[in-house]
Amino acid sequence: MDVDPILLSRLQFAFTIAFHILFPTLTIGLACFLALVEGLWLKTRDTRWRDLYRFWVKLFALSFGMGVVTGIPMSFQFGTNFSPFSTATGNVIGPLLGYEVLTAFFLEASFLGIMLFGWKRVGPGLHFFATLMVAFGTTLSAFWILSANSWMQTPQGHILGADGVFRVDDWWEVIFNPSFPYRLAHMVTASLLTTSFVVAGVSAWQVLKDRHADTARKALKLGIAAAAILAPLQLVIGDFHGLNTLEHQPVKVAAMEGNWKAGPDIPLLLFALPDEAAETNHLEVGIPGGASLILRHSTDGVVPGLTDVPAGDRPPVAIVFFSFRIMVGIGLLMIGMAWLGVLLRRRLPRSYLWGLAGMVPSGFVATLAGWTVTEVGRQPFTVQGLMRTADSVSPELQGPEVMTSLMLFAIVYHMVLAAFLYFAARAVRTGPVPDDRPAPQPALAPTATTTGDA
Amino acid sequence: MDLPLIWTAVIAFGVAMYIIMDGFDLGVGILFPFARDEAWRDVMMDSIAPVWDGNETWLVLGGAGLFGAFPLAYATVLPALYVPLILFLVALVFRGIAFEFRHRADTSRGLWNLSFAAGSTLAAFAQGLVLGSFVQGLPIENGRFVGDVLSFLTPFSVFTGAALVVGYGLLGATWLIRKTEGDLQARAFAWARGLALGLLAAIVAVSLWTPLTQEAIAARWFGMPGLLLLSPIPVLTAFCGLFLLLSLKARRENMPFLFAIGLFLLSYLGLAVSLWPYIVPRALTIWDAAAPPTTQLFLLVGVVLFIPLILIYTVIVYRVFRGKVRHGEGYHH
Repeated sequence: MDVDPILLSRLQFAFTIAFHILFPTLTIGLACFLALVEGLWLKTRDTRWRDLYRFWVKLFALSFGMGVVTGIPMSFQFGTNFSPFSTATGNVIGPLLGYEVLTAFFLEASFLGIMLFGWKRVGPGLHFFATLMVAFGTTLSAFWILSANSWMQTPQGHILGADGVFRVDDWWEVIFNPSFPYRLAHMVTASLLTTSFVVAGVSAWQVLKDRHADTARKALKLGIAAAAILAPLQLVIGDFHGLNTLEHQPVKVAAMEGNWKAGPDIPLLLFALPDEAAETNHLEVGIPGGASLILRHSTDGVVPGLTDVPAGDRPPVAIVFFSFRIMVGIGLLMIGMAWLGVLLRRRLPRSYLWGLAGMVPSGFVATLAGWTVTEVGRQPFTVQGLMRTADSVSPELQGPEVMTSLMLFAIVYHMVLAAFLYFAARAVRTGPVPDDRPAPQPALAPTATTTGDA
Repeated sequence: MDLPLIWTAVIAFGVAMYIIMDGFDLGVGILFPFARDEAWRDVMMDSIAPVWDGNETWLVLGGAGLFGAFPLAYATVLPALYVPLILFLVALVFRGIAFEFRHRADTSRGLWNLSFAAGSTLAAFAQGLVLGSFVQGLPIENGRFVGDVLSFLTPFSVFTGAALVVGYGLLGATWLIRKTEGDLQARAFAWARGLALGLLAAIVAVSLWTPLTQEAIAARWFGMPGLLLLSPIPVLTAFCGLFLLLSLKARRENMPFLFAIGLFLLSYLGLAVSLWPYIVPRALTIWDAAAPPTTQLFLLVGVVLFIPLILIYTVIVYRVFRGKVRHGEGYHH
């Protein structure tokens, strides 16, 4: 079998990073949620907050562990599978990843130990501080990695040498490249929103099944309230992000809109089957002038078309087109569900609670769809307009070895995912059990002084 | 200011931190199958559960630091070591998830014991494969790997793989001596003694093997002035090994761990001397592979600002969890 190592390396990267991003998406939001809940516990001394903390920290620990083990391979895959890319861009994005490790990873990994295991060993103040540091660390890590990704989308601040190597001219410009603020805001909000629906959905189920429903109801309300604010906010941020993409990556926007020929009065397509060979769409259903109106705030506004660039410089249209619709569709559904919950807040019907429980995965699907839009939409480049994906993959690697590693990752990741879901579901079924163990006490003396040589 | 030289020191420091810190927690995993019962395994795992994640972060720092400061070395070595690196990463997945899953399991506990023990052992072995083939020198021409998928597999790399399993096992056993008491501690003393003898034999073997097969290394160690300048390294190693065995015999609780670390650091120094000034042996020197000064300086600022901070909160965490681990102490979340 003759398999293309380039395609395989890309598939492997896509699979491992898509799998990985599910967990940080949850842990960034959950860390913030836990900080809030612990703060409420310390402030109100209502033990239900403590019980909620001790329940959600279990899911957090499981999810964080998955994020760590699937994250470590990422820091090596640039080198193993994309060595020409690493040679070319290491000067620019290597230090950004370095800063992520220095400022964020050590912070979260170190204080995680206290957060998970230190409940009885440190005072409430230090424990709360540890939770805050973990929450801060997870968000800081998003800052650096999104800066690196955004530089690949909208590169600036560098000099591209004749040898094909990028060298940094201005770090400020590299870090705060044009798409970075929008992507950071969009992703952090996605993480918080995903978590809101996880918290609301899981709590809704616990209320339905009466797993410590009185406690779960507090988290349910918190989740709905957060979603009601975050979901509309995300729509606005997403719009700004889209306008930024229109300015800097017009071809990506053309693919998102499924628009082949640039021009005014372009419809907002609700459905279509893009045909790359014929450079047209089939079965279009659209709102006349809609795309022009959204992107240019006027039906006369010119929307870029895919045919603005040669066929070899276009992304795979259908993937971008449909992923975008999945993301936006879920986003609209989230707004609807959240506000329905606010309107019905006095008495939430069981059907609504079941609906919320069914939306636990919604944020993850939307996040993956959004990343598919932004990453596939950048193709056929790894660094927009400057370095092609085909020139980025390690030429040293042969098809069979990458095929083997890809299959190994796929099998192992799915195995651990199954175990993760099993243990997470079990924790959810048990629910936020009232915990009668003593609350955090001022630091206890160590259980035994270390005997020995010192 | 010689930035590549400073950066070499930074990376060397990071790798040393990784080897020692993840070394002892990988070692606890390597010793896992030899535990008498589940109660022992609970204690063994509890002794490292709050710190393993921070320990492993030094590996990520090594990867990211190499990517940023020596991108050419990163891009040359990593594809060349594809198979052992992928094995290593997959093994780390198995051991990493075992911490949470084993704690929550009741019927599947045996599965997570296996996942933890096999993952830790394979991770150590694959690291040794990487080390061995790296030291031997990879077939690289014009900055590109020209070997095949199995170039990493040599008698030497298999030997260093096994040696690293023994070495990490020793770090793990001496860690357990510090953190446990009673029967488990007594057994850890026995493990440590056997593993110490094994590691010392491996150090002697590698010290003979590399100069006999690589002229450049022989010339460095046995030529002048190398012989005089470098002789303290083997002498100190011998003393360190002797003190390690004596401290085990005297049932000291903290010293064996420190002497085991000493053995690792001296061996590491020995390898550095053998390979200097190459960052990719016999192919790229640290100056060939260095990123431009703008890049190295930018990241160095972060290192200078944050490494001291990282060390401070690492100390805080280790202090919070100091002392003996007792079974059923239940400081689990």
